Amino acid sequence: MLRRDAHPGVAPAAIFRRRTLADREDLLGRILLAPALIYVILLVAAPLALAILLSFSASFAGSLEFHWTGLRNFATIIQDPQFRLALRNTALFTVVSQALVIVLAVTAAHVLDAAFAGKRVVRFLLLLPWAVPVSLAAMAWTWIFDSTFSVINWTLRVAGLLDGWLYWFGDPTLAMIAIITVHVWRMFPFATVIVLAGMTAVPLDIREAAVIDGASFWRRLFQVNLPLLLPIITVSVLFGVVFTSTDLGVVWLLTRGGPYNSTHVLSTLAFQRGILGANLGQGAAIAIFLLPVLMLAAVGMLRVARRTEVGA
Amino acid sequence: MTAMAPMTLTPQAVARRRKRRVLRGVKRIGLYLAAFAFTAFAVFPFYWMLLTSFKTNRDLYVGATDLSHIPWIFNETPTLQHVKLLLFGTPYLIWVRNTVLVGAVVVLITLVFAVPAGYALARLTGRWGERLGIGIFLTYLVPPTLLFIPFARVIAVLGLQNSPWALVLVYPTFTIPFCTWLLMGFFRSIPRDIEEQGMIDGYSRWSVIRKIVLPLAVSGILTAVIFAFTLVLQEFVYALTFISSVGKMTVSLGVPVALVRGDVFYWGSLMAAALITSIPIAIIYNLFIDRFIAGLTAGAVKG
Repeated sequence: MLRRDAHPGVAPAAIFRRRTLADREDLLGRILLAPALIYVILLVAAPLALAILLSFSASFAGSLEFHWTGLRNFATIIQDPQFRLALRNTALFTVVSQALVIVLAVTAAHVLDAAFAGKRVVRFLLLLPWAVPVSLAAMAWTWIFDSTFSVINWTLRVAGLLDGWLYWFGDPTLAMIAIITVHVWRMFPFATVIVLAGMTAVPLDIREAAVIDGASFWRRLFQVNLPLLLPIITVSVLFGVVFTSTDLGVVWLLTRGGPYNSTHVLSTLAFQRGILGANLGQGAAIAIFLLPVLMLAAVGMLRVARRTEVGA
Repeated sequence: MTAMAPMTLTPQAVARRRKRRVLRGVKRIGLYLAAFAFTAFAVFPFYWMLLTSFKTNRDLYVGATDLSHIPWIFNETPTLQHVKLLLFGTPYLIWVRNTVLVGAVVVLITLVFAVPAGYALARLTGRWGERLGIGIFLTYLVPPTLLFIPFARVIAVLGLQNSPWALVLVYPTFTIPFCTWLLMGFFRSIPRDIEEQGMIDGYSRWSVIRKIVLPLAVSGILTAVIFAFTLVLQEFVYALTFISSVGKMTVSLGVPVALVRGDVFYWGSLMAAALITSIPIAIIYNLFIDRFIAGLTAGAVKG
């Protein structure tokens, strides 16, 4: 802006040159935006609508026929104990793993926020679980929990903590613990980095003021740091809830829903019925139950975004 | 504080000071212990991949009931046999090639759509563009789990079952929203003044984009390329749904589902594949993570 006067000879050219399409900003904006918008509408919004449509129909892979059956798919699955179990498992895995993730992430972020030697190395190593493709990580854990070769069993036995034997994927409770462990392992580094980003954004003088005023550690944590970090923790939890509740890879590769179909979640059950069982309509109806979670997460994120906007 | 301390101290003051020093030492140790615990939890599976990849079968397949055989270390000289088997005895390299090809095409498609959209949302569309931008970002949250069933039908109608083109068509559904959002933030960070200056000098908006903005945005576009590619590399659900022949699989699908003979897993080769695939992504992520987090949390953190 300051340099506007620096080129008096050039400015008139801009004024007198004929305005072309390239100068009509609103129109140019629409033209540049349109392709991406159309792609998203055609390949995200339309399939989402199709998913809802399929859930009200008797549709099978292999034929393109489409019979409207109203709520029959929903009536079938609601009476299906396996579906109810999957619904419960989805909620259980998500809530338990996210609760653990919050505690771990806030603690880890406080640790990483303190200055110590080797911090960069620690941060790099902490990010590994989030960077590795989930399917490969799931295989590594499958091997770690292997019924014959499990290093966890060996270590527990040597430490004298285990007398019998843990068949990780042979017992429903143990299988659930294994699944939750993998979810926590995968999500907590991500949450840590997000919370850490939030902490560096909290003005240092506020935290210092609390220290100078003699507030105790717990008081500082609960009355200063956590309230200031709440928006950022909310964001990381919302991402965590979405990624965990909709995840298919971890459960599928660890247990295939077993033993005795006890660890199915909505996504794996939808895959089994909809793709492997070729019953697209029922698969869609099962997957649709994830929609409320996503909508709540979206509303939550918009709230956080708007509040910080107003506060700005 | 210590510099101004009086020369002589009362015994109480000495005790207080010693107590404070001990407390600080304890805190310090606690800090390192906590950092170590978190790191150990995060790294453990990778350490396990490393051990498994280079252990001889005799060292590897010893039941955990044998308490005298320590699984945490190499009990025999490390071997390259699993890596050799992976590279020359399995389709791993074909999967790598498939992944790179699909990734390259998806990245190209993503850039063609996301760069203009990101710029438009950052500069040209004003208030409603901001809302639309959040809307596009929210579509990133619509998971494969909700879409793989309708896509199964779409892919069947298009006759793309078991074809990498199915992945090329579907993967941009998450790379475009993500990269548009990332690039929007990046274009916003370019000072408006530079662009205005260009227009005062007689450039149209279009020439400003071509001659000023894009050269300045190279590092942002590179970030988008990297993340689009890693998202493709990590994807599992769509690949599992659409691809059934081993020769057409990507790495993240082939390694977990096709490195099995009957019921026998090739754990050495499998872990070698996991390790070889993860390390480059991890390094790249580490270089770009700050920008990634800034993109995800835009709005919740004031930059």
